Amino acid sequence: MSPVLFGILAALLIASALGVVLSASPIRSALSLVLTLFFIAVQFLFLDAQLVAALQVVVYAGAIMVLFLFVIMLLNLQEEPQAIARLGQRAAAVFLGSLFLLAAVHFLAKPGIGAGTGMAGAVPATFGSTELLAETLFTRFLFAFEITSVLLLVAVIGAVVLAKKTLT
Amino acid sequence: MTVVPINWYLILGAVLFTIGVIGVLVRRNVIVIFMSIELMLNAVNLVFVALSRQLHVMDGQVVVFFVMTVAAAEAAVGLAIIISTFRNRETVNADELNLLRW
Repeated sequence: MSPVLFGILAALLIASALGVVLSASPIRSALSLVLTLFFIAVQFLFLDAQLVAALQVVVYAGAIMVLFLFVIMLLNLQEEPQAIARLGQRAAAVFLGSLFLLAAVHFLAKPGIGAGTGMAGAVPATFGSTELLAETLFTRFLFAFEITSVLLLVAVIGAVVLAKKTLT
Repeated sequence: MTVVPINWYLILGAVLFTIGVIGVLVRRNVIVIFMSIELMLNAVNLVFVALSRQLHVMDGQVVVFFVMTVAAAEAAVGLAIIISTFRNRETVNADELNLLRW
């Protein structure tokens, strides 16, 4: 990806992420988050991760965000007058956040991070394909995959029990 | 063609993560706090995919797959908890949910 395109995408990404945090109405936050997830999916496409980009749109922007929007509408949340915390708390949060960001940028801006062939080197044609991802998933990560299915089962049962009207 | 170095992706991920952290610290609505956590998860996903491309190994993309699964489970359970607290306390404001505070 050319630096100009990256810059445009990064600016859109940061603007929509700020929209999540700064907008007073929860619905608008959720829609900004959908936009953010789409821009991240576009970044994935440029990084040769086609399947992950598709999953990002289908699972994240589709399923998970619909769940969020559904809950926001179910609870009938309105715009809050006091959406953001008091001034002192806000200042402390921004101060600590920028401290973290400064430290992170200081270490991440160094050249030579992640040695290897690098971003410029050509990848094999199958890189990021469903075939290669499935091969990795079902060989070296098989145990983690099985555990994940148990986790999803527990989450489904837990969600049903928690959201039931009466806890017995 | 010029290529974007890996550092730009890592810094973009750090910026998105920081926005998520500030959202968690600053917002009072529990659902918006939850969405900020999703933002942080996605920042990390971006870093994983970028490093996967840099090192030419698929492991990063497989980890992103797992992160998405955990995020889906987390969203389901978390929203169920929010619904049940709303049913009891009629609020989603984190400052009013102070029963466990000392």
